[in-house]
Amino acid sequence: MDLVQWFAAPLQHEFMVKAIFVSALVGVVCSALSCYMTLKGWALMGDAVSHAVLPGVVLAYILNIPFAIGAFVFGVGSVIAIGFIKSNTRIKEDTVIGLVFTGFFAFGVVLISKTTSTVDLSHILFGNVLGISDSDIIQTVVISIITLVTLAILRKDLVLFCFDSTHAQSIGINIGFLYYVLLSLLSLTAVAGLQTVGIILVVAMLVTPGATAYLLSDRFDQMVWIAMASGVFSSVMGTYISYHIDGSTGGCIVVLQTLLFLVAMIFAPKHGLLAQRSKMQSNLTTEELHK
Amino acid sequence: MDATSIDIENVTVAYHGKVALHSASLQLKAGTICGLVGMNGAGKSTLFKAIMGFVKPASGRILINGLSIRRVQKSNLVAYVPQSEEVDWNFPVSVHDVVMMGRYGYMNLLRIPRSLDKQAVREGLERVGMWQMRDRQIGELSGGQKKRTFFARALAQQGTVLLLDEPFAGVDIKTEKMMIDLLMELRQAGHTILISTHDLASITTFCDQVVLINRSILAYGDTSEVFTEENLSRTFGGSVGDFSSAKSRLTQTNLNQGQEEQ
Repeated sequence: MDLVQWFAAPLQHEFMVKAIFVSALVGVVCSALSCYMTLKGWALMGDAVSHAVLPGVVLAYILNIPFAIGAFVFGVGSVIAIGFIKSNTRIKEDTVIGLVFTGFFAFGVVLISKTTSTVDLSHILFGNVLGISDSDIIQTVVISIITLVTLAILRKDLVLFCFDSTHAQSIGINIGFLYYVLLSLLSLTAVAGLQTVGIILVVAMLVTPGATAYLLSDRFDQMVWIAMASGVFSSVMGTYISYHIDGSTGGCIVVLQTLLFLVAMIFAPKHGLLAQRSKMQSNLTTEELHK
Repeated sequence: MDATSIDIENVTVAYHGKVALHSASLQLKAGTICGLVGMNGAGKSTLFKAIMGFVKPASGRILINGLSIRRVQKSNLVAYVPQSEEVDWNFPVSVHDVVMMGRYGYMNLLRIPRSLDKQAVREGLERVGMWQMRDRQIGELSGGQKKRTFFARALAQQGTVLLLDEPFAGVDIKTEKMMIDLLMELRQAGHTILISTHDLASITTFCDQVVLINRSILAYGDTSEVFTEENLSRTFGGSVGDFSSAKSRLTQTNLNQGQEEQ
């Protein structure tokens, strides 16, 4: 098939133009945030929050308010619940996270099953970017603007918070505030990602681009740009591929992201497996020379 | 220089009902280097946390240069040099980035450095001999260089109270000597320096004051008076360790150099 045709044909459908736009936007936003998640070690937290927003989304639908508000309440609520159980019982943190988010998620599943059939469980679980409504697009745009502006303004403080919260605190920076900012952004982007790849795969959007970029760069700003580039590339190409093979859009996007990660893992110039192997060998040779 | 810099009165700190520090009192004058000596879990880091305002004392009062902790934080008075184990050395930041973090407290919300900030960072890096290395990612440094980077951050912060947590652990002798010289300079300039350390031998070489801690402050004052074997055995519960036999690495090198010259 003609390459130009391959790219141009889907654009004749309005739904494809919308889908590509939304998934690219979500790719940018989630990727930017994923750098902080990777560096702070919050992957599990990302997984937890993205699942825990489900009942909020369903309730928001029932009450006819924006999804983002419901998701925000339950996302932050789940983290408060995790913090409370952790500090007041002898249960370890990963166990607490596991039990809280599945509890929230299960509650959401029950809610969906008892709601009128207009809420489609599979759309929430696996995303439905090809059928995204205009109001959902507006919501995604608003979430994206809020997230990107917040990250731009608080970038240096958030990096310091991830890197050395002790120092941040000692010079009077309010780290409790930064903690909840990062958490709120996580809840919001989980909703945005939910539209595209669905609740189950949204954690990939919030972790994989950051991890890929982390292997490719030793500078934070550079890492963010690389993450966003890989996120947008995966989102757009994933949407195209899903159109042509008539497969799951979310699945295609995340598979592409994972492939990019694997390429980085093997070929990254400094932190890749091949680079490390050759570095180890050159170290061995120098040692032999010294003998 | 006679002003009291660190003023701790009857401070008790408890975590979840367990007392970590019991009615500790301590007055340190400006322009001193003070060694903080105690076993693991004796309350050294709790005392540091209390001074930096991370834990709220259940009772008592802490003043730094006559200011409450909240105001101390806002005015960047206390600079902290962390233990190497506390730092994520794979984090994608350069030496220069880390030292610039010492200036955040002076900047606006966006943390855009002004020329004053850049100058302070450069000065800090030059004083520890790290300006040439400023673009390195912090994981590429040696143990001593890592330590000097965080020391430069504390210098750039320009606080008058310096807290150092095990500053000489895993550090080469050149760095140790450089840091001690710098600490002496800072003392001259009227800074107050509190050093938590296991290296008992080094204390006598450059600390003019010593604080002995074991769940409470057992004794503090001039090194010559407080740093006695009797006090130390109270601090360490009987085992003074290798205090009497160990010599500071620095004194050893000095001796060696002396022999070579002869």
